[in-house]
Amino acid sequence: MKIDKNTINKIARLSRIKLDDKESEDYIKDLNSILDWVEQLNEVNTENVEPLSNISSSILPKREDVSNDTNSSEEILENAPDKLEGFFAVPKVVE
Amino acid sequence: MSKSSLKQTLKDLDTKKISIRELNQDYLKRIKEKENLNVFIHFSEENVLKQVDNLEKDNSTKKLKGIPIAIKDLFCTKSMPTTAASKILENFNPTYESFVTQKLLDEGSIFVGKTNLDEFAMGSATNTSFFGNTINPLSKDNKPLAPGGSSGGSAAAVAADLCLGATGTDTGGSIRQPASFCGVVGIKPTYGLCSRWGIAAFASSLDQAGIFSHNVEDASILLQSIAGFDQRDSTSAKVDIPNYFEKLDDDLNGKTVGIPKEYSIDGTPMEINQIWEDAIKVLEKKGVKIKNISLPHTKYALPTYYIIAPAEASSNLARYDGVKYGFRSDEINSLDDMYENTRAQGFGREVKRRILIGTYVLSAGYYDAYYLKAQKVRKLIANDFNEAFKECDFIVTPTAPSAAFPLNEKQNDPIKMYLNDVFTVPASLAGLPGISIPFGKDKNNLPLGIQILGKHFDEQQVFNAAISLERSYE
Repeated sequence: MKIDKNTINKIARLSRIKLDDKESEDYIKDLNSILDWVEQLNEVNTENVEPLSNISSSILPKREDVSNDTNSSEEILENAPDKLEGFFAVPKVVE
Repeated sequence: MSKSSLKQTLKDLDTKKISIRELNQDYLKRIKEKENLNVFIHFSEENVLKQVDNLEKDNSTKKLKGIPIAIKDLFCTKSMPTTAASKILENFNPTYESFVTQKLLDEGSIFVGKTNLDEFAMGSATNTSFFGNTINPLSKDNKPLAPGGSSGGSAAAVAADLCLGATGTDTGGSIRQPASFCGVVGIKPTYGLCSRWGIAAFASSLDQAGIFSHNVEDASILLQSIAGFDQRDSTSAKVDIPNYFEKLDDDLNGKTVGIPKEYSIDGTPMEINQIWEDAIKVLEKKGVKIKNISLPHTKYALPTYYIIAPAEASSNLARYDGVKYGFRSDEINSLDDMYENTRAQGFGREVKRRILIGTYVLSAGYYDAYYLKAQKVRKLIANDFNEAFKECDFIVTPTAPSAAFPLNEKQNDPIKMYLNDVFTVPASLAGLPGISIPFGKDKNNLPLGIQILGKHFDEQQVFNAAISLERSYE
């Protein structure tokens, strides 16, 4: 078993997702069965194979370096769950 | 009920046989009659009529003027909320328009509503949506069927004739599989043909926008409208977009079709292998040379996809943190608390599962074993296609390993659900264009789909093969 209670808690913490005990149990089962299944990739010889991260054959395009000065802070804040004086507001971080 | 095509409707509007208002009122009426299918996450009659008002005042000629189009609720739209079918974006009103929807607006089309999908496009049945299942319009009484997914709402919208075309996105089969389930045409173009700007990201190296329509001609018209270069998407391709419709040619004489032997999979229903054979026979009669090809790494495509897609998703979905937009939990004793509770309550089960898997395969000590390994196998899968296309002009396969299944049937076993994408995922990993067209029925009279794959940016060949098969089937 690759994923145990400790591992799932660690991943959940890295993902910033709170899990209750029941969910942890379910995900331990799910993740182990998925990881067992993807294990079959080990059958494939990938020696000297370049990893493929971008399928697009196009070369990254350049654009002219011009400033584009738009003040859109009000627009950006429109969907904020909480805002204060032109900023996103979050719970207090420093005591 | 005979459904009118986009092509015919454009003619009827042109000759004033019907007005934009009459046309859209007709569609509005049907949308209201079919509310029980739960096709739309957002629908507002008032909004549609407002668009009609505006177009009536507009004297310019536009290619899709007045045409009712449904938009998958993964595309950001200024005039309507955008949820990605997730609680976490329940109240999100984009302040900008996606590239694809802007193109459709520029052409004068009317957005009838935002269609349902699997949450963040993660699913194959439109049953992971926060807003409930969509029901396949082909369902018989009391036996609701899944429309496929993730773009199930868009496929259902076309199948139920609630629009003349719809947008979708396809990461591993999310256009082609629901098109097959709902008996409509669905095309996923080459990766990079349509800009991803303004589409809520799932797996960025795979996500691609595309089209659902009643027939191949309509798909060729609509795809041209949404394709094109956009500097805001760094993977957007600078290629000429042909007039696919004008160039449609059903004469395939002298072409070669590749038939991959690895797509004969144990357990595929006989009916599906039968329609595949039927399609090959039709092509043969049309003077197409049949070439048996091999794509040796096919069986590794699904496990490769289920490492790469969740890995990219775990990174893309990190932005939903309750700070900038969308849902924020009430339980916020600290900043970390806010993140963890917001994401725990805001995401559904399948999305969390994929974030967790993705986080694991990217985490220290496992990156090489899983993510890097998958990227290398992806390269081999792409190479398989490159080799195959040296010997053939296009490839024909079934679209999905089954017809539409009952709602919720495959929900509990994730791997069983993932197998829905067995025929569609390889081309996604290779970034190739693929179309699904209805071709034959199963014993319950449900539609089955044939998939045609082409070379990079050879959508024209895909359309030509598709229209040839479509015309022979009608």
